[in-house]
Amino acid sequence: MSISRETAINLVLALLLLAVPFIAMQLGKPFYVTLATRMAILGLAAIGLNIALGLGGLVSFGHAAFFGIGGYAAGILASHAFSGQPLDFGLFAVPGSKLMPVIWAVAILAGGLLAAAIGSISLRTSGVYFIMITLAFAQMTYYFAISWPAYGGEDGLSITIRNTFPGVNTLVPQNYFLICYALLVVGLVLFAVLRDSRFGAALQASRQNEVRVASVGIAPFRIKLAAFVISGMITALAGALYADLNRFVSPSMLSWHMSGEFIVLIILGGVGRLCGPLAGAMLFVMFEYILGGLTERWQFFLGLLLLGVVLFARGGLIGLLAGRARHG
Amino acid sequence: MQTALFIEQILNGLQLGVMLFLMAAGLTLIFGVMGLINLAHGSLYMVGAFACAAVAGATGSFWLGLAASLAAAAAAGALVEILVIRRLYERDHLDQVLATFALILILSEGTRWLFGSFPLYLDIPPLLQGTVPIPGGSRYQLYRLAIIGVGVAVAVGLFLLISRTRLGMRIRAGESDREMIGALGVDIRTLYTVVFALGAALAGLAGAMVGALQSVQVGMGEPVLILAFVVIVIGGIGSIKGALVGALLVGLTDTMGRFLLPQLFGVFMDPSRAGLVGGAVASMLIYIVMAVILAVRPQGLFAAKG
Amino acid sequence: MAEAVLAIRDLCKSFGALRATENVSIDLVPGEIHALIGPNGAGKSTLIHQIAGTLKPDSGEIEFLGSPVSHLGAAERARMGLGRSFQVSSLAPEFSALRNVMLAVQSRQGTSFRFFKPVMRDATLVEPAMEALERAGLKDRARVPAAELSHGERRQLEIAIALALGSRAFLLDEPMAGMGPEGSKTLTGFLDGLRREAPILLVEHDMDAVFALADRISVLVYGRVIATGTVEEIRSDPEVRRAYLGGAE
Repeated sequence: MSISRETAINLVLALLLLAVPFIAMQLGKPFYVTLATRMAILGLAAIGLNIALGLGGLVSFGHAAFFGIGGYAAGILASHAFSGQPLDFGLFAVPGSKLMPVIWAVAILAGGLLAAAIGSISLRTSGVYFIMITLAFAQMTYYFAISWPAYGGEDGLSITIRNTFPGVNTLVPQNYFLICYALLVVGLVLFAVLRDSRFGAALQASRQNEVRVASVGIAPFRIKLAAFVISGMITALAGALYADLNRFVSPSMLSWHMSGEFIVLIILGGVGRLCGPLAGAMLFVMFEYILGGLTERWQFFLGLLLLGVVLFARGGLIGLLAGRARHG
Repeated sequence: MQTALFIEQILNGLQLGVMLFLMAAGLTLIFGVMGLINLAHGSLYMVGAFACAAVAGATGSFWLGLAASLAAAAAAGALVEILVIRRLYERDHLDQVLATFALILILSEGTRWLFGSFPLYLDIPPLLQGTVPIPGGSRYQLYRLAIIGVGVAVAVGLFLLISRTRLGMRIRAGESDREMIGALGVDIRTLYTVVFALGAALAGLAGAMVGALQSVQVGMGEPVLILAFVVIVIGGIGSIKGALVGALLVGLTDTMGRFLLPQLFGVFMDPSRAGLVGGAVASMLIYIVMAVILAVRPQGLFAAKG
Repeated sequence: MAEAVLAIRDLCKSFGALRATENVSIDLVPGEIHALIGPNGAGKSTLIHQIAGTLKPDSGEIEFLGSPVSHLGAAERARMGLGRSFQVSSLAPEFSALRNVMLAVQSRQGTSFRFFKPVMRDATLVEPAMEALERAGLKDRARVPAAELSHGERRQLEIAIALALGSRAFLLDEPMAGMGPEGSKTLTGFLDGLRREAPILLVEHDMDAVFALADRISVLVYGRVIATGTVEEIRSDPEVRRAYLGGAE
C-alpha cells in the first residue's frame, strides 16, 4: 500500500511531537514537556473547531466558550472534591470529583449542551452573522464567568493538585503529556473517520453547496448542528485538559482572543486538513516560545506573520507541504 | 430620588447607545458597501482615543485632541485599507476575520510600543465640566449630555450624507450593486478607501469622547467592538437605521438591566443574593435579547438585503 | 387520463407589486414530458422553485403522489422523490462527480447520521452512483471534481443525481442551456427514454427539443398559464402565437 504525501507528513508530525518530551528529558529541559503538552491540547481543541470550520465551513468565532466550559468543568469538580461540599443544583446534588475520566465526561457533556444551545440559534443564520453571533455568545459566557463570584469570578479558580487518572501518576509531566497525546490521537482518528463517513460527506457538501444538499433530500441544518455539537464537545475536552495542565481556570479561557487563536491554529496548519490543527498548534506554540523569548512584542510579529499567511500563503503548512486537498 | 436615579440611568443608557452607534455605523457601512467584516474596527477606536489623549496632553487642548483623533483614525483607516483591506474584498469571510484579527495584534502591540503599557488619562474640557439639573431634583454630567448631542448630530449628518450627497448616492449604489457602480465610472477604489476612512473616523471620535470618561489603554476597543457586533446583528447588517435602533436598544437594555434587575430579583430574594443573580443575568441580558430577536428575525430588525 | 403524479392548483406568488405566479394550475401524469415554455421573465424558474420547495408560495396547493406537500421543505420533498436539476448548475464543486451522486444515493438510503463507515469503501453507495453516472453518460468522468467538468457534463451530472435519487418525478430547469448541438441531441434522446421511468416537468428554451419531446406543453406568460395542450394545439393556438411564438419568430 502506498502512502500519500499528506499521510507521510501527518505521521512525521505526530511522531515528532511524541519525541519532544523524551528528547527534552535527555537534554535536561523539562519545560519542553509542558510545551509539548500545550501543543497536544491546543491541537485537540483546534481539531474540534476544524470539524465545524474545516469540514462544515462554519466559521465559529466563539469556540473559547466550549474550551472554557470544559476548563471550568474540571476546576469546579475538583474544587468540590477538594472541599468535600457537593455541587448543589437545587433539586439534587452531586459530589465533586478528582478523577479525570469523570471530569472529561462532564466537560464533554457540558460542551455538547452549550454547543447545542448556541448552535440552534446561530445556525439559523450564516456568513458574517454566524461569525458575529458565535462571538457574541462566547462573550456572554465570558461576562457570566466574570460576574459570578462563586468560582473565583475575575480571579479564576485554582486546581490545588492535578486531577488523577487510574493507574497513572499524573503529577509526572511526561505521564500527563502521554495522556493528552493519547486523546489527541483519538481526536485525529475521530476527525478522519467522521470526514470519510456519510455524515462527513453531507457536512462537507453543505459547506460547498447547501441548496444542493437540500435538493437531494438531506436537511443541512441538522447536519450542521450535529457537527457543531461534536465540535464543541471535543474543544471542551481539550479545555478540561488545559485546566489540568495549568492547574488553573480563569475567564481568559473564555475570551475572544482564545477563539481567535483557535482559528489562527487552523489557518496556520491548513483548513480542513486532518493534521492542520496539530501542525498549527506546534507552529504557534513554538513561535510563541521562541519569539516570546526574544522580544516582549512578539504578538506584533505574530500579527505580521498571520497577515502574511492570509494574504500570500493560503493553505497553511500542510497545504504548503502536501499540496491541495483531494476528495475521492 | 428614585425618579432622578431612573432618569440618570436612562441618560447613561442613551450615552452608551450613541457611542455604540458611532462604532456600529462604521462597521455596518463597511459591510454594506464592501462586504467586509472588520474586527480591527475596535483598534481604530483605540487609535482615536490615544491620538486625542496624546495631543491633548501635549497642547493642553481637548479640542485639538479631538481633531487629532478624527484625523489619526481616518488616516490609520485609509492606510490600513490601502495596505491590507483592499486585498480582502474578494476573499471569503474566514480570510477577512483572520487578517483583521492579525491587524488587531499589530495595532495593539504597536500602540503599546509607542505609548507604553500604562493607561493615559484625558480630562474633560473645561467648557463641558460640571453638571446640569435634571427632573427629579438631581444633576447630570454635562459632558455625558454633550456626547449624546454629538451622537445625535452624527446620526443626522450620516442620514443626510447618505440620502442627499453624491458620495451618499455612490454608497447606496455600491450597496445595491457592486458591478454597476464600476460601470457608472465611479472610481471604486477611492470610494472604498473613503468609506473605510469615514467609518474609522467615527470609531476614532467615539474613542476620543469615551477616553475622557475612562482611562485610555490598549485593548479598550475590544469590548466595544463586540457590543457593536451585537448592535448590527440586532439591527440588520448593512442598515444604518438598524445600527441606530440596535445601538439605542443595546445601550438602554444593558444599562437598565444592570440597574433594575438586582432590584427586581430583590422582590423575591434576599438583597445580597439578588445583587449576585441580578448582576449575572444583567451581564448576559443583551445577548439574551439578541438571541430572542434572532429567533424571530434571523436577519435582524432592518435587514438591508438577504 | 391517469392519476396525476404532481398536481399544482391555483398557485400564487408575488414579489411586492410583481405577480410572478398567478393562479397557476398544472399537472404531470405518468409517462409524460410536460414542457413549460414562455418568454424570459414569465416566472418559469419561480414556479419550479415553489414546486421544489425552495420558495414559499403565497397561496395555492401542491400535491405530490396524492398527498399535499405545501408545508414540507425542499429536503423532505426531495426525499419523497421529487428530483430536480437547476438552471444554474448547483453541485458540490470540490467533490468528484461520483461523490456528488453518492450523496443522492446516501440520502435515498435513509439517514445521513452515520458516523463511522467510510463512504468510498461502501459498495452500496458507490455502485448505484456509478450506475446512475453510466446512464447519464458520465462514467468516464466519475473521478473528476465537479468544478472541472464542462458545462454540458455538469448538466449530465445533475441528471445523474436525479436518477440516483430514484425520483418519481423530475423537475428539469433548462437542461439544454449552454449545450452544443451535439450535446443537446444526446440529451434529447436520453430524456425521451427517461419519461418511462418518471414523468418530467421540463422548462426549456430550445424549441426544437421541446417540440420533439413534449407530450403536452403549457405556456406561461407574465405568471399566468395562457394555454395547455399538445404540441399541435399549442402551435396553432392564436393567443400563444400572438403572445409568444409569433413575437419570437
